[in-house]
Amino acid sequence: MTTVEAPRGGPLPADAEPGFFQRYGAAIIFLAPTLVLLGVWIVYPTIRTVIRSFYGRDGSEFVGLDNYETLFTDDTLTTAIRNNFLWLLIVPAFVTAIGLVFAVLLERIRFSVAFKVVVFMPMAISLFAAGVIWRLMYEQDPSRGTINAGIAVVKDAVSPSGALSSAQPSTEALEEQPNGSLVLQKPLVPGDVAQLGLTGIRSSDVPGDAVQAVVPEALSGGITGVVWRDFKPGGGTPGQVEQEELGLPGITVELRSENGGRVAETTTESDGTFAFEDVEAGSYRAAIGASTFSAPYAGVSWLGQSLITPAIMLAYIWVWAGFSMVVIAAGLAAIPRDLLEAARTDGATEWQVFRRVTVPLLAPVLTVVFVTMLIYVLKVFDIVISVAPGSVQDDANVIALAMWRTSFGGVNDFGLGSAIAVFLFLLVIPILVLNIRRFRREA
Amino acid sequence: MRHRWLALTLIVGALAFVAAGCGGGDDNGGSAEGSEDVTGDISMMAVWTGTEQQNFQTVIDAFNELYPNVSVKYTSGGDNLAPLLSTAVQGGNPPDIACIAQPGLMADFASQDAIKPIDDLRQDIVDNFGESVADVGAIDGTQYAVMWKAANKSTIWYNVADFEEAGVDPPETWEDLNAARDTLKAAGITPYSVGVDVGWPISDLFENVYIRTAGADNYDKLSKHEIPWTDQSVKDALTTMKDIVGTSDDMVGGTSGALQTDMPTSVANVFSDSPKGAMVVIGDFAPAQGEFTLEPVSGYNVFTFPSIDGSAPAAVGGGDLCVNFKESEAATAFLKYLTTPEAAEIMVSKGGFTSPNKNVDESAYSDEITRSTATALTDAETFRFDMSDLQPSSFGGTPGAGLFKAFTDFVQNPDDIDGITQKMEADANKAFSG
Repeated sequence: MTTVEAPRGGPLPADAEPGFFQRYGAAIIFLAPTLVLLGVWIVYPTIRTVIRSFYGRDGSEFVGLDNYETLFTDDTLTTAIRNNFLWLLIVPAFVTAIGLVFAVLLERIRFSVAFKVVVFMPMAISLFAAGVIWRLMYEQDPSRGTINAGIAVVKDAVSPSGALSSAQPSTEALEEQPNGSLVLQKPLVPGDVAQLGLTGIRSSDVPGDAVQAVVPEALSGGITGVVWRDFKPGGGTPGQVEQEELGLPGITVELRSENGGRVAETTTESDGTFAFEDVEAGSYRAAIGASTFSAPYAGVSWLGQSLITPAIMLAYIWVWAGFSMVVIAAGLAAIPRDLLEAARTDGATEWQVFRRVTVPLLAPVLTVVFVTMLIYVLKVFDIVISVAPGSVQDDANVIALAMWRTSFGGVNDFGLGSAIAVFLFLLVIPILVLNIRRFRREA
Repeated sequence: MRHRWLALTLIVGALAFVAAGCGGGDDNGGSAEGSEDVTGDISMMAVWTGTEQQNFQTVIDAFNELYPNVSVKYTSGGDNLAPLLSTAVQGGNPPDIACIAQPGLMADFASQDAIKPIDDLRQDIVDNFGESVADVGAIDGTQYAVMWKAANKSTIWYNVADFEEAGVDPPETWEDLNAARDTLKAAGITPYSVGVDVGWPISDLFENVYIRTAGADNYDKLSKHEIPWTDQSVKDALTTMKDIVGTSDDMVGGTSGALQTDMPTSVANVFSDSPKGAMVVIGDFAPAQGEFTLEPVSGYNVFTFPSIDGSAPAAVGGGDLCVNFKESEAATAFLKYLTTPEAAEIMVSKGGFTSPNKNVDESAYSDEITRSTATALTDAETFRFDMSDLQPSSFGGTPGAGLFKAFTDFVQNPDDIDGITQKMEADANKAFSG
């Protein structure tokens, strides 16, 4: 194979060129497609992006480092950078830790394969779809968001919502107390008739047995009154019991003494009337307790400004925990059992075995998972755009999303977008270098 | 260049005149007349896809009956039209005609000399669309675009059953609207469904209030940033807006619910058998936001954004502006055809399309709802383009940033009008200087 004929020290023979091809021809033919593909889709765009980042919006004006200055001064972009660092600090550590815990614990249970499949399942879903799933689960309205629905079930079991949670007093004669109860302003003496008008009640929320409200007769030695839905189509006259206005049955009315103490309690009839008989002479107040108005659970605002980034991180960890678990479990299986046995024989506790033997032996695998996650987290994009509603995308912003939004999401500023892309590229490079070095060492 | 163009137009004009004479057709402000002598292939791009694309093809077919030797090839750019066109212009290979929804982008192209003036069509455009709409397609007195399609954003949609239950009628004034809100509330019905989405629906609401409280002149000045966002007129408009978005209980899901609701959901909340809210302030595209079981007119209906303190009928809206990247007889002929009521009536009769053309026969609209929103648009004394679309896009066109972000903050914190207007002004200064 080697050309030995060429005279040593003499001029190169005319056929040196074919020799070169003989030597490298096959390599070039095999490498060419890859090189072309890399050149067209990686090298050229990279160089072009770097150059483009020094130009303005429309690409005609050289602006030097202006785009990079904007990158570190613009509020939206600094938020993105800050968020991305939060992601870096929190997510890879959690994913690795959770994967490790799952992997170690799964070695000890019986249906570990089934469990592994369940934990690994989210990996089969695209991140975008996972984001959509979590977006729906995070909805604030407990009738739509799964998570808040779960909390609502618990909450309503502990403190149920009132019969008339949305009701409001129809006139100022009825005053809302700080605790939520409604008290009639006018003091009552035996023989008086109290009118407690409420609005803001959906007609469909009025109990089915309700009938036309009536103002009851005065009762000598007692206090009577009516609780009614002070509304008819068009509004009606607030504070007056009119035709078409229904009584509110089953409402607990309290009679309070002037100092606020409860004297008596009764419930209303189907026409909304109530009566306290045999009331001692004196001055009283009529009131409806706060429990009647206690609002149903409104739900946690997972997708609001303050919780959005943790909420997205949780969704992301849910997806990647399975990957981490599977890789770590494979590493765990490769650890020689006799080392663990030896440690146990020497009297180490399970915690010590885990801490001093298992984890150090797993270190290379843990590093792989951790570093992989670092890279993925730096580039995180699709799950953020799919979980965060438009109004909070600014608060949930990350570098990759900021790049996309700046270039294609309406701003159309390809110069600044390129600068963001270059910045992201520079962030990823050290981790890539670290990774490649490790591969070399291991090889 | 200019002379050749003039001569060319004269020839086209003369030919058209002859053709019209031969056909003996009627002529109301530039009716459609054709010619076999105009030849050429033109390419065209817009965002329309699906049914709308098919419908537009019938417009092209009708054009081809008049101009059999012109071939128009329409390609949809989809949602990426703006970056597609920007890239095509940079690459030196734009389509002949494109219809774009952003006057700001049109201005960019004009400043790069990428689009060509169509001043010769100005008269046709004014005759058919009126000055107000024609001016949207003009920059410093030079006509660049024909507004082929319009969106009326001065509309409020309501659930008919809710209105009947509470006994309220569609209001015509702001006081009536507030009274309707209070009556609905007393009936236990949440009056408004608000979808802050990425902020633009609130921006639309602001524009509707502002053009009524501050007037069209101030609207134009604010659009060009000739008056600051900290101007008292802006603060007054925001204060008026609080009647709708200022009270948590007035909105479906309260303030935090509104902030997380996207626009299609805000519409679905109202267009439902068991509505969560009675009204939604959103443009005429509301019925296209989903499959609704409610019937139009009997189930849901629409009224025009009410007058505030006796303001004259005004409409704020959007539209697709058709511009010319390459001068050619064929392209001019096609743009001219797009100014005619005949062309618009083809689209209008298919439904789901609002033409800003005043000469379009009302009866051409196939459904009552579109007819009423379209008529409100063409009857409006003043038409103004959506203000946020007139801003530099970093200020007015970016989800969750600039103006949109400020309006989101306003819903979140409606009492901080001073702080929000200062933020708007600071962002505007940055965008207008950059």
